[in-house]
Amino acid sequence: MKLKPNDVILNTVTKLAAVIIFTFSIDLFWAGHHFPGGGFIGGLTTAAGIVLLYLSFDIERIEKNLPIDYKKMAAIGVLIAIFTGLAGMIYGDNFLEQTFGYFNIPIFGETELATAVLFDVGVALAVIGTAVTIITSISEDEL
Amino acid sequence: MNNLLIWPVILPLITALIFVLLRNHIRVQRLLSVIVLAVVAGITIIIMNQISNDGIQTLQLGGWQAPFGIGLVADMFSILLVLTTSIVAFCCVMFSFKTIGKERENHYYYSLFLLLITGVNGSFLTGDLFNLYVFFEVLLLASYVLISLGGKKKQLRETMKYVIINILSSAFFLIGIAYMYSSTGTLNLAHISVRIAEAGQDGFMTTVAILFLLVFGIKAGLFLFYWLPGSYSVPPTPVSALFAALLTKVGIYAIIRMFTLIFYHEPQITHLMIGILAALTMLLGGIGAVGYWDINKILTYNVIIGAGFILAGLAAFTDAGTLGSIYYLIHDMIVKALIFLIGGVIVYLTGTTNLKEMSGLIRNHPALGWMFFIAALSLIGIPPLSGFIGKIFITRGAFEAEFYWLGAIGLLSSLMILYSVMKIFMNAFWGETIISEEDEKGTTRGVMLPIAVLTALTVLLGIGPEMINSYIEIAVEALMDPSIYIDAVFAGNDIP
Repeated sequence: MKLKPNDVILNTVTKLAAVIIFTFSIDLFWAGHHFPGGGFIGGLTTAAGIVLLYLSFDIERIEKNLPIDYKKMAAIGVLIAIFTGLAGMIYGDNFLEQTFGYFNIPIFGETELATAVLFDVGVALAVIGTAVTIITSISEDEL
Repeated sequence: MNNLLIWPVILPLITALIFVLLRNHIRVQRLLSVIVLAVVAGITIIIMNQISNDGIQTLQLGGWQAPFGIGLVADMFSILLVLTTSIVAFCCVMFSFKTIGKERENHYYYSLFLLLITGVNGSFLTGDLFNLYVFFEVLLLASYVLISLGGKKKQLRETMKYVIINILSSAFFLIGIAYMYSSTGTLNLAHISVRIAEAGQDGFMTTVAILFLLVFGIKAGLFLFYWLPGSYSVPPTPVSALFAALLTKVGIYAIIRMFTLIFYHEPQITHLMIGILAALTMLLGGIGAVGYWDINKILTYNVIIGAGFILAGLAAFTDAGTLGSIYYLIHDMIVKALIFLIGGVIVYLTGTTNLKEMSGLIRNHPALGWMFFIAALSLIGIPPLSGFIGKIFITRGAFEAEFYWLGAIGLLSSLMILYSVMKIFMNAFWGETIISEEDEKGTTRGVMLPIAVLTALTVLLGIGPEMINSYIEIAVEALMDPSIYIDAVFAGNDIP
């Protein structure tokens, strides 16, 4: 007789930890412009959180709640990154040329907005997509 | 600054990514991949004319000037190779439509195909040693998937060998880059060249040079080619044609670039070593081509002979030798794709790769037979086909540099090629027709067009070399005089 695994502890911890991990990954992502962090690390932490969800709950339930095709997500991420690179060319600058400026936004006050962040969004999506695709396709493999 | 340079790299990349999003629209994918390759070819021709009018074109990504930024550099040599790549890829992708099968098309075949082209074009155009590594990895990753796609036992066995040898050589590549950075403090190819010219190429630098020769030699199928015949003969025809035409050539390109731009100070050590390796490669490859009776094996051994022969021209390190190398490199890309495609059709028709089990195909397929004959003659270097010019200049270069043994082995290898391809021609096409048209395992419908295009190209290059001669001379001039490349990269800025 196969014992039904008892994963109450894992489930409870995951529910709590996933929120913290996702929040932390967003923080890492935003920090990346001037401090250690950025799209790559932020994306990787998000992927770790998603994988933790996959580990503690079954694949079907996660796929119902997070209906995302991670392969497409990765492709969209790289496309975003390329197109931010192309945007500079419209103004006659080099490929991947970036710019930034200071804007007055309500609530936040004077804020620095940089096009590099858009590139980083692309990187983050690509990393999440690739990492989760790799891990789920390894786990789907029947041995 | 010339933003056109980025297009040959990112156009295939963007299209490959769009294909991931449009996974089930196979027709759209076929159409788009042909269009993109044609557009890239068009853009390359524009860049070619810019280079011949205004000199080497560069693009510093993000506007960071060399040597701080990472740049793309298009000299005539690299852009000629990008153009040939687009043409060859165009023909291979057309060949894929009928032969590759639904299963592979559904598993991102066209995406991977274009990612491979991204890596190849990127390697040709980059002006940065580390980015050369990155683009090598891009094309290798795509090739790992393409070689194993289909998952037959034989494919997986050869994929393992292929992956292991390439990971090993990539590791050596990284070690080489680390040594290079620790001693010169830069990774920009032009800047490395300046630094080494200032400090002199001492024993340590020559050792690093030999490490790079080892790395690129593995990828180019130079001497350390033992993985190559197996892994190039297992994937489906258009993939193996693409590999034969492009992958080893990227390694050869890297060797030529490194040993004309950077390590040109001690030719009596490095270039002699290239010459010895090239001679051994030609001999061993020739023995392989003569010995086998398996059509795929014979053709892959011909790839190896070709790699040896191109580098014989570099080993001579004279104007004639380099000119011959470029001619032969372009010729080899076209004719290897051609002969692999025809070989694939032969296997497709007869259902076997063993030459002894086929005979008399020319009765039912005269066009295929004669095109194979033209390809074979071109491969051997019979005038007026495209192989002739390259061969004569490489041989002349070798004799001028007093590498008589190298020239002689080059000519001897031509005889071996002659024997091996005539063996295919006589066994497959001559003789009694043993299979009637109804018994054939496949048809030639839909696959003749790409073969005809490539055949026409090899004839055209042979009878009208004046068309590209002026371009190739510009390429030779820039290769033999590194200062042209360096001046173009720094564009008048101070060299730190």
